[in-house]
Amino acid sequence: MAEKVLMKGNEAIAEAAIMAGCRHYFGYPITPQTEVAAYMAKRMPKIGGTFLQAESEIAAINMVYGVASAGLRSMTSSSSPGISLKGEGLSYMAGADLPCLVVNVQRGGPGLGGIQPSQSDYFQATRGGGHGDYHMIVLAPASVQEMAELTVKGFELADKYRMTSMILADGTMGQMMEPVSLDFDIAPPPEKPWATTGTGMKRKHNIINSLYLKPEELERGNFERYKKYAEIEKNEARAEEYLTEDAEIIIAAFGIAARVSKNAIDAARKEGIKVGMIRPITLWPFPKEVFKKTTSTAKRYISVELSMGQMIEDVQIATEFKAPVDLCNRVGGMIPDPDMVLEAIKKAAKEVK
Amino acid sequence: MAVVFDKPHALCDVPFHYCPGCTHGIVHRLVAEVIDELGIEGKTIGIAPVGCSVMAYDYFECDMIEAAHGRAPAVATGVKRANPNNIVFTYQGDGDLASIGTAETVHAAARNENITVIFINNAIYGMTGGQMAPTSLPGQVTQTSPYGRDPKLCGYPVRVCEMLSELEGPEYLERVTVNSVKNVKNAKKAIKKAFQNQIDGKGFSLIEVVSSCPTNWGMTPENALKWIDTNMLPYYPLGVYKDRSNKEGK
Repeated sequence: MAEKVLMKGNEAIAEAAIMAGCRHYFGYPITPQTEVAAYMAKRMPKIGGTFLQAESEIAAINMVYGVASAGLRSMTSSSSPGISLKGEGLSYMAGADLPCLVVNVQRGGPGLGGIQPSQSDYFQATRGGGHGDYHMIVLAPASVQEMAELTVKGFELADKYRMTSMILADGTMGQMMEPVSLDFDIAPPPEKPWATTGTGMKRKHNIINSLYLKPEELERGNFERYKKYAEIEKNEARAEEYLTEDAEIIIAAFGIAARVSKNAIDAARKEGIKVGMIRPITLWPFPKEVFKKTTSTAKRYISVELSMGQMIEDVQIATEFKAPVDLCNRVGGMIPDPDMVLEAIKKAAKEVK
Repeated sequence: MAVVFDKPHALCDVPFHYCPGCTHGIVHRLVAEVIDELGIEGKTIGIAPVGCSVMAYDYFECDMIEAAHGRAPAVATGVKRANPNNIVFTYQGDGDLASIGTAETVHAAARNENITVIFINNAIYGMTGGQMAPTSLPGQVTQTSPYGRDPKLCGYPVRVCEMLSELEGPEYLERVTVNSVKNVKNAKKAIKKAFQNQIDGKGFSLIEVVSSCPTNWGMTPENALKWIDTNMLPYYPLGVYKDRSNKEGK
């Protein structure tokens, strides 16, 4: 058993990124993710890496674009308002098929919103966030351990599929401290013959580009990319199931909402209510099959979210509208407590009787 | 038979899409000649902008990256930090560099990022059909200043070299033009120095090339070159605005 260290979620992301071979971090201060930048600022110079505080979120993502073009692992992190600014870059990364890791430690919105935890960037993350047809792989950690693990996984998936992986965390995950084991098996990054590292006068020039003025070519690129997305949907969807086997009521929740819901489920089970949970670990691809197979037994679903109800739409689609889906939510930086979720479970239990 | 004139190796053997009389072609050639002369094609990475030269990635034989509008200096920063042995240049127009990408330009200069910036200032947005640029002159008629640029309404044109010269960061800032043989020669000298500075690890070098846009200025190519002398250069004087290595900058 590897030794465990006590770490903040944001720091766990930073250290795991370094372990995954990331030597170029670009960021801009914003609460509640600034610890990632602070950690990188301390560590990178000591290991020959680059920490650079960019002039803006826009510049930061474009610096990542540059490093990714050069074929190296790179990342940036921010929180909701900053991620909006990165939207442009995310779209260009997708259009140029560049791999990178982007971390969003979400806070409440819209606008400047607040600095407390939120999950209200779910649509923005799972639908792409910028303009055009594209997806990012979206990973949702529910512990500090997963903040680290999914960071490594995020880099691996990004390189495997040449696209952006996003860690969609929330302020709670970023700020809380838990014991973490940083004992990872990390495969070396794949060869990147497409990277712009200089021709060395030995090959034709490589071009990193997202401009295709001929509509046939642009269409072809989109179709190709969606073939890749279909592969990812088939191969990479992940979820944790908790007591779903006999469950009549199934909670859908990720991140901090899943932690809270687990407590409520345990309490409800003691009262004899058959309730379980599906916790999506990948929000895109959404673990549709896991949900679908529960529709033969489950009679009702509850989506527990720190948003006005965003993931609930994916739950409805995944369960093919076969059963009602309730929404149990707090927003603006408020977090549902186990009692609130328990109440929602009890209400649902009455409906399925 | 002796070859007296040839295409630089660093320039791709494809026709440019530029309008007749546009000076992009001259500046592309100068950049390519410098890359050849310095023997750096194999390790050079060029960053193309958004604007008329958006397809510059098809015109240079070195590895190329197409950046989002205005973001080339940030992308160049990433490339250079990733592989400091690469020679990294951006090629940007006035809308790209001095309007939407002002922050990226100023901060790359402030950091003295070891890159070379080729800045084409033709006082207009060419690609989108001739709109007012941050460098359009007072009174200049464009599609979006149909009554002439009114400084009371939309301010004064931005003098990039002068503005950046106030920063401690940048190594070398020079404004040149390419409207005569003599000026083309001077421009090449400046561009070469801007690349040599990077090879020598000196830092941020920006060459502003006052250029013409006959199509959107509504002039013959010849008159457009004259208009540079009569209208552009009085507002954008040629010269070295900063040169840390010989301290002779204005």
